[in-house]
Amino acid sequence: MPQVANIAVSILFDGLAYAMFLFITSVGLSVTMGLMGFVNLAHGAFAMAGGYIVVTLTRTLGIDFIPSLIIAAVVVGAVSVIFERGLYRRLYKATDLEQVLLTIGLAFMAIATFTFFYGPIPKSVPLPGWLEGDVNLGFRNFPSYRAFLIVLGAALITMLWYAFERTNIGAKIRAAVDNRRMAESVGINVDRLFTLTFALGSGLAALGGGLAIQLLGLSPSFAVLYLVLFLIVVAVGGLGSLKGTLLAALVLGVFDTAGKYLLADAGGFFIYAVTVAVLLVKPAGFYGRE
Amino acid sequence: MAASETIDDADHRQARERAAEYLLKRHRFRAAEALPWLAAIAAFFMVPDRMTFGSQVLIMVMFALSLDLILGYAGIVTLGHAAFFGVGAYTVGLAAARLQWSEPISGLVAAAIAAGIVGFITGWFLLRYRGLTLLMLTLATAIMLQEAGNLRSDISGGYDGLPGLTFKPLLGVFDYDLYGHTYYLYVLAVLAVVFYFVRRIVYSPFGQALTGIRENVRRMHAIGSPVHRRLVTVYTIAAAIAGVAGALFTQTNAYVTLTVFDFDNSAKVMVMLILGGTGRLYGAFVGATVYMVLEDYFSKLSPTFWQFGIGLLLVLAVLFARRGVLGLFESVGDYVAKRKTP
Repeated sequence: MPQVANIAVSILFDGLAYAMFLFITSVGLSVTMGLMGFVNLAHGAFAMAGGYIVVTLTRTLGIDFIPSLIIAAVVVGAVSVIFERGLYRRLYKATDLEQVLLTIGLAFMAIATFTFFYGPIPKSVPLPGWLEGDVNLGFRNFPSYRAFLIVLGAALITMLWYAFERTNIGAKIRAAVDNRRMAESVGINVDRLFTLTFALGSGLAALGGGLAIQLLGLSPSFAVLYLVLFLIVVAVGGLGSLKGTLLAALVLGVFDTAGKYLLADAGGFFIYAVTVAVLLVKPAGFYGRE
Repeated sequence: MAASETIDDADHRQARERAAEYLLKRHRFRAAEALPWLAAIAAFFMVPDRMTFGSQVLIMVMFALSLDLILGYAGIVTLGHAAFFGVGAYTVGLAAARLQWSEPISGLVAAAIAAGIVGFITGWFLLRYRGLTLLMLTLATAIMLQEAGNLRSDISGGYDGLPGLTFKPLLGVFDYDLYGHTYYLYVLAVLAVVFYFVRRIVYSPFGQALTGIRENVRRMHAIGSPVHRRLVTVYTIAAAIAGVAGALFTQTNAYVTLTVFDFDNSAKVMVMLILGGTGRLYGAFVGATVYMVLEDYFSKLSPTFWQFGIGLLLVLAVLFARRGVLGLFESVGDYVAKRKTP
C-alpha cells in the first residue's frame, strides 16, 4: 500500500475512534444544555469519576473491563441525579455566569477529591486479551482497542438515534428542546424528563471516561483538560442536536488527529481554528437553533 | 400662560439641578475609597519582606479590575481574559529578550497597545455572539494564542518561556532591589493611574450605557444605543489594561512562560472578581487580595486542599452570596440600617 494512502487510512481510523469517544462523552452535555440551557462545566468531572470507578473496579476488585464500564456508567448516572436535584435545579433560571461558577466550583472540588484518593499520576487499566494488540481487516492491521471504540460508538449511536427519533420519550425530549414552554403546556413534565436525560448523559460521560483511560490516559486534571473539547463539540454541533453532536465529533476528531499526525508541533491549534471558523459562520453550531 | 411657563421653567431647572447633583455625588470620591490605598501603603511598611508577593497581589487586582469593566459593567461573560494578560506579558518579554528594549514604562505602553489591538480585533468579531458561543470563542482565542506561541517556540521560547529577563532601572534612577520594594511602589503607582481611568469610565455616560447593555440589551438597541461599538470599545480598553497587568507580571518576575495563557489563569481572575463582587470596582481589590492571601497560605499547606477549598468557596458564593464579599457587607449594612429606622 502506498505510503500516503496508508497515512490517510491511519488518520481516518484514529480520527474515527477519537470521534466516537468525543461523541459518547459529549452527547449528554448537548442534550441537557439544549433542554435547560444549563452550562454544565462539571460534565468533565462526571467523565473523570467514571474513569476512576473503572480503575478501582478492575485493579482493586478484579472485575473485568467491560462489566466495570457498565457499572461505572450506572453508578455515575445515579449519583448525578443527586447533584441535579440538590444543586443544579436551583440555578436553572440563573445567569450563565452563575451556572459557570457553580459547576466549575464542583469540578475543582472533584479534581481535589480524586487527587486526594488516587494521586496525580495517570492511571492505567488491565484490558481483556481481545482488546490488546492488533486486528487484521484484510488489507492491514488496526489497533483492536480503537476498532472496539468505533464499533461500540456505532452501536450507541444507533441506540440513541432510535431512542431519540422513534420512542415516545425521545419525541418528548425533542419537543422540549424545540420549545420548552409549549412542551410544558401540552402536559410534558420537562423537569422529570430533564432528570432522566441528565442521568443518561452523565452515565454516558462516565462510560466515555472509562474508555478514555486507554486512549488518552486518566489523571484528575482530565475533568478540566478535556471539558474544553466536550464543550467545543457541543457548541459546534448545536445545542440539543444528536445529529449535530455526531457531525461535530467526527469533524473535530478527524481534524485533530490529522493535525497531530501531519504537524505535531501545531498540537491542538487545528481543533480551535476549526471551532472558531464554524462558530463565526454558524454561531449556533451545525444544527443549532439560531 | 406666561406665569405658568415660568413655573415650568423653574421646575425643569430644579429637576436638572437635582439630576446633576445626583450624578456628581456618585462621581465624587468618598472617604471610604481611600481605605484600599491606605492599606496598600500600610502593607509596605508593615510587611516589608513580603513585597514581591505584594506586587503580585496588586497585579492581580489590576487584572481583575479590567475584567470587572467587561464582566461587571458590560455583562460580557468571557473564559479567555488571560489572552490579553498573556499578550501584554509577551510584548514586554519579547521586547526585552529579542529586541533589547528593556525600558519598563515604554514597555507598559507597548503592552497596552498590543493587547488593545488584539482586544479590538477579537472583540469586533466575537462580541456579536452571546452565551455558550461567546464562552467557547473567547476560550478558543486564548488557547489559539498559546498554541501559536508554542508553534513558534524559536521566538517565544515555548513552554520553557523566556527566563532571566533584565529590565532597565525605573525612570533611569530606581533599580530593582532584592525585596522588590521599588517594584511594589511602581506597580502601586501604575494601579492608581489605571484605577482613576477606570473609575472615570464607569461613572461617565459611556459607563452608564454599558450598565444599560448589561441590564437590558434589547432596550438599549431600541433607544438607538450603538451597542456593538460600545462593547468593542470597552473590550479594547479592558484588554489594554489586562495587557498592562501582564507586562507588570513579566517585569516583576523577570520571566514569562506560555502558562500565562492557561484557562486556569482566566478562571482564576474570574473567581477573584466574583469573590470580591462584580460591578463595584473595589470588588477586584477585595477579591484578588483575599484569594492571593488564602492561596499563599493554603497552597503551601496542601495544593489539593486549596483546590477543594476554592471550589467550595465558589459553590457557596453562587448559592448564598451572589454579590461577593462586598455584596455581603452591603447586605449586612442594609440590615443594620433597617433595624435602626423604625
